[in-house]
Amino acid sequence: MSVLIYAENADGKFKKSTFEAVSYARAIADQNNTSLTAISIGDVSSDELNSLAKYGTEKILNVANAQLKNFVNQAYASVIAEAAKKQVADIVILSNSFSGRGLAPRLGVKLDAGVVDGAVSLPEQSGGKFTVKKTAFSGKAFAVVELTSANKVIALTPNSYKIVETAKPAQIEDFSIEAKVSDFKVLLKEIVRSTDKVSLPDAEIVVSGGRGLKGPENWGMIEELADLLGAATACSKPVSDAGWRPHSEHVGQTGIAVSPNLYIAIGISGAIQHLAGISSSKVIVVINKDAEAPFFKVADYGIVGDAFEVVPKLIAAIKEHKNVA
Amino acid sequence: MKVLVCISNVPDTTTKITFTDNNTQFNTNGVQFILNPYDEIALTRAIELTDGDKGTVTVINVGEANTEATIRKALAIGATDAVRINAKPHDAWFVAYQIAQYVKAHPFDLILTGRESIDYNGSKVAGMLGELLDLPSVSIIKKLEVDGDKATVEREIEGGKEILTVPFPFVAGTAEGVAEPKIPNMRGIMSARTKPLKIIEAIEVKTNSEIISYETPTPRGQVKLVAADDAAKLIELLHTEAKVI
Repeated sequence: MSVLIYAENADGKFKKSTFEAVSYARAIADQNNTSLTAISIGDVSSDELNSLAKYGTEKILNVANAQLKNFVNQAYASVIAEAAKKQVADIVILSNSFSGRGLAPRLGVKLDAGVVDGAVSLPEQSGGKFTVKKTAFSGKAFAVVELTSANKVIALTPNSYKIVETAKPAQIEDFSIEAKVSDFKVLLKEIVRSTDKVSLPDAEIVVSGGRGLKGPENWGMIEELADLLGAATACSKPVSDAGWRPHSEHVGQTGIAVSPNLYIAIGISGAIQHLAGISSSKVIVVINKDAEAPFFKVADYGIVGDAFEVVPKLIAAIKEHKNVA
Repeated sequence: MKVLVCISNVPDTTTKITFTDNNTQFNTNGVQFILNPYDEIALTRAIELTDGDKGTVTVINVGEANTEATIRKALAIGATDAVRINAKPHDAWFVAYQIAQYVKAHPFDLILTGRESIDYNGSKVAGMLGELLDLPSVSIIKKLEVDGDKATVEREIEGGKEILTVPFPFVAGTAEGVAEPKIPNMRGIMSARTKPLKIIEAIEVKTNSEIISYETPTPRGQVKLVAADDAAKLIELLHTEAKVI
């Protein structure tokens, strides 16, 4: 038995969530006194591949096949499943990213494995039971899931496990399998990059605006604040429903769930559906002119005040802070 | 075109989530159940794509008799007919397996699910169906347009989107942007009562996961309020106390 981690890259670079997943996989390998192999698919330099060793991989399988340069769900699942079989890996770890969410269920079927997606902590293994905690009810709770199958697939929620450096000498090996034509039915026409500098699901800091901002024309200060903090911008459901901001920014029960280190909510009252999507944020700051807004009940820090007065002051204070630092 | 929409019956988004029996059971007492919002998006798009006489929309649910109100709601919104596989939806694998067996006997051109259910937040059924039926699957799409024998879909990725073409038949999980759900009209509600709802028994299959308990998030301490004219204080607290900037 061993552990296999799928090391996802974006444009040839591994993301922070990948290093989190590698660190997580290393810890699981240690729990089981076994080895950790990573598999990388696409056009990734050997320097970049070697960076995985810093987090404890002992072997790195490199799939550099030109046909697989861009993500193809079915084909990637086939390659990862073959790698798992070759490494006799009974635990496969991936990041619960958009692509990871496509791969995990296919891998589960291919490997006859139970799947936990949205895992938030290390498995507990005792008395022959293997349990993993995952988010449930869109952030309103957690469920502890027991995987009863011999093989297991776990997709780790980004920002829920700390990167740990445990350098191991690693070998890079080329890996390829015979591609099945039926795995390539989906054709990529175009990748459209959003103009956001920081992607919301990966962001460590999120600045989010609600109806209290009165209209899309007032988002300039939200963007400026986000820029200064290296943060992603987000919004509440009424804002994306009104078309002020794109749906991809909608955070909440029916939008996306985020778990940044810092979530700053501006002009958002804090409906239960919105709170569900942000409850696993480490620190929550709320700025709202209504002192009775429910959001203050779940916040760590708050300012009761008009966003149009408070935000410019915050921007000035951050500039000042940066000058001093 | 024949479209299958897989639907779940989930607690309303305003539900306060609590548990009973030493945190091993979800407390359904007083909870209103609804059609999973993402499934409603899938259903709405399926109805738009087959509008007029361009096809049919079948909704399928794996659930016990208590899900019928949600199934009727889907019929009221405009599904042609419905199938309920009579079993507790044990986990995603169980649900996907049951639906796959049905699809093997009754093929569809397009199979849609919501991107995830808002209760257990899995997004596994679409991918598992794809694998079980050897069909392409695209998870988390924001747009779906039909173009002859194939579709153009937009798949969400971190920091952008991919535009993909996919030949029918395929499976996709839909998110916001694919369609805007509408409230069913009176004619829809009336006709839903008489639309066909077929109930079939589940096929036995080995499951591989089990929810053994639940936890609720640790409550945060009292909020620390900073005066509105002292923004610098907040920045200082975030830097020195919370250590997040």
